[in-house]
Formats: sequence, C-alpha cells, structure tokens
Amino acid sequence: MNYFQLFHLPAQFELDLTELGTRYLELQRQFHPDKHAAGSERDKLMAVQQAANINDAYHSLKQPLLRAEHLLALRGLKISNEQRSFMEPAFLMQQMELRELLAEISDASDPDALIDEADQQIQQQKKALLRQLQSALDANNPEHDHQAADIIRKLKFFFKLQHELELIEQTQD
Amino acid sequence: MAYSTKVIDHYENPRNVGSFAKDDPSIATGMVGAPACGDVMKLQLKINAEGIIEDAKFKTYGCGSAIASSSLVTEWVKGKSIDEAALIKNTDIAQELALPPVKIHCSILAEDAIKAAIADYKQRHGN
Repeated sequence: MNYFQLFHLPAQFELDLTELGTRYLELQRQFHPDKHAAGSERDKLMAVQQAANINDAYHSLKQPLLRAEHLLALRGLKISNEQRSFMEPAFLMQQMELRELLAEISDASDPDALIDEADQQIQQQKKALLRQLQSALDANNPEHDHQAADIIRKLKFFFKLQHELELIEQTQD
Repeated sequence: MAYSTKVIDHYENPRNVGSFAKDDPSIATGMVGAPACGDVMKLQLKINAEGIIEDAKFKTYGCGSAIASSSLVTEWVKGKSIDEAALIKNTDIAQELALPPVKIHCSILAEDAIKAAIADYKQRHGN
C-alpha cells in the first residue's frame, strides 16, 4: 500500500506535519466505523480495515525514518526488518566512543556536563545525516537510494543513542 | 521474554570483556553493528605467528543476547586457527545459547564480528 497516495501527499521525504495531521483527521472521520454502522457487513469490514490502514500510514509517515523506509520500499528497496550486520569500522568506532561517553555519565563528578556533551554530538550528527538523507532521496535514482538506505541504518544507531541518553537523564533526576 | 540460563550466565559473568591495544600487529579488531536495535560489538583477537588465536576480548553495547553471544564467541575462538574460527556459524551460537527467533540477529552479529576481525587481520598482514 502506498501511504502517500492514501493521504494524497506527494511521494517525497519532505513533509508538512501539520498537513499530515489535518489529512489524518479528515480520513479518520471519513472511515470512522460509526459512519458505516448502517452499511452492509462488507461495508463495515472495509471501513474497519481502512481505519487500520490510515492509522498505520499516519504512524509511518509521521516518523522520518519510517517515512524514508516506506519511500524506499515503494521504489523497490526494502530494508525494514533486515538482519544484516552493519560493518563500517570508522562509523562503528565512533558509536562505541559515544557509548563509552554515555557509560561514564553515572560516575562523573559533573554528569550534566557530560550529558550536554553527548546530546550535542548526537543532535549534530543526526541533523547532518537527516540532511544527507533528504538529498539522497530527492535524487530519486537507484544509486542514491542505496546511499539513502545506508544513511537510514546510521541514523538508527543515533536514534538508539538518543533513547539511551534519555534513559540516563531520567535516572539522574 | 525469558532468557535461557546460559544467556543469563554469560550476561552476569561475561568472559573476556575489555580491549587490546589496537595498533599491536598481533591484534585483529572486528567492529559490527545491528541497525535494527542499535547494538554495537567489538571483537578483538590476539593471533600468534602460526595463525592461532591465543586470546580474545570483546566489548558489546546491546541486549543480554548480544552480550552473551559475544562472550561465548571469545571462549570458542581461543586455541583455534583463524581458518577454524571462520567456520563458527551463527546457528551454533544460537543453539548453544537457546536464543529465541527474535534474538537470532544477535548470533549473526557475533558471527560477523569474527569474520570482520579475521578480515582486518588478513588486510593488515597482506594476504
């Protein structure tokens, strides 16, 4: 299923989240099961199915990485659920160093300073990668699509780091 | 999800955690990661002139299964030649640790870490 089509949005990475939200509410109203309560069994079933599709689509389009994965899948490059290991030594070494930095926070004399440092590095890298992802996807050709897939893989590590950092921040409070 | 007793054992008492000096010519370093869960694994092998793995160390940031898989692998590779170590399959690791299907990728990561370390060694020793 093409989520962009379902929401009448152009199949591209850049997306107006307000517009997405408005379309979501419209579609939800249109396919709300209550509106089809008087219809045939088949109608009701279709409305329930469509409501589920709308929720899935909204969830995927809202999040940049899922949106990028969906866009690639529509272009024939499926990378969700892949179990392949990522093997770029320099990138992984940097990940390891950031993980080590995160591990130091709990014993640090000034944990807030380390949290800020880690947060800054993660945000900076994430921003740069998201920019690269945007231009790779905009190029819309197989070579750039493969580059985009690699950028998504890298971004997943940074989203994970951000999550780990948030967990650490919670225990610091 | 319940971890097997072997996973818990390796997770609570991980074998061979740590690092060797990276630039020591007898040390091979393999770095791998799993984008799906953000796990990062570093496996280092100390290889002697006869191509036998004398020692191994690992550092893994990830779930219990990923830590257990890498810990187990450091035990398995010791005393093996690099060619023998290259034959270790993720299915052996998964079976030994009784990993559930959703954690198979952790054993794949550990197998790939051995391969990456051996590739690093071969690249540095020119064959």
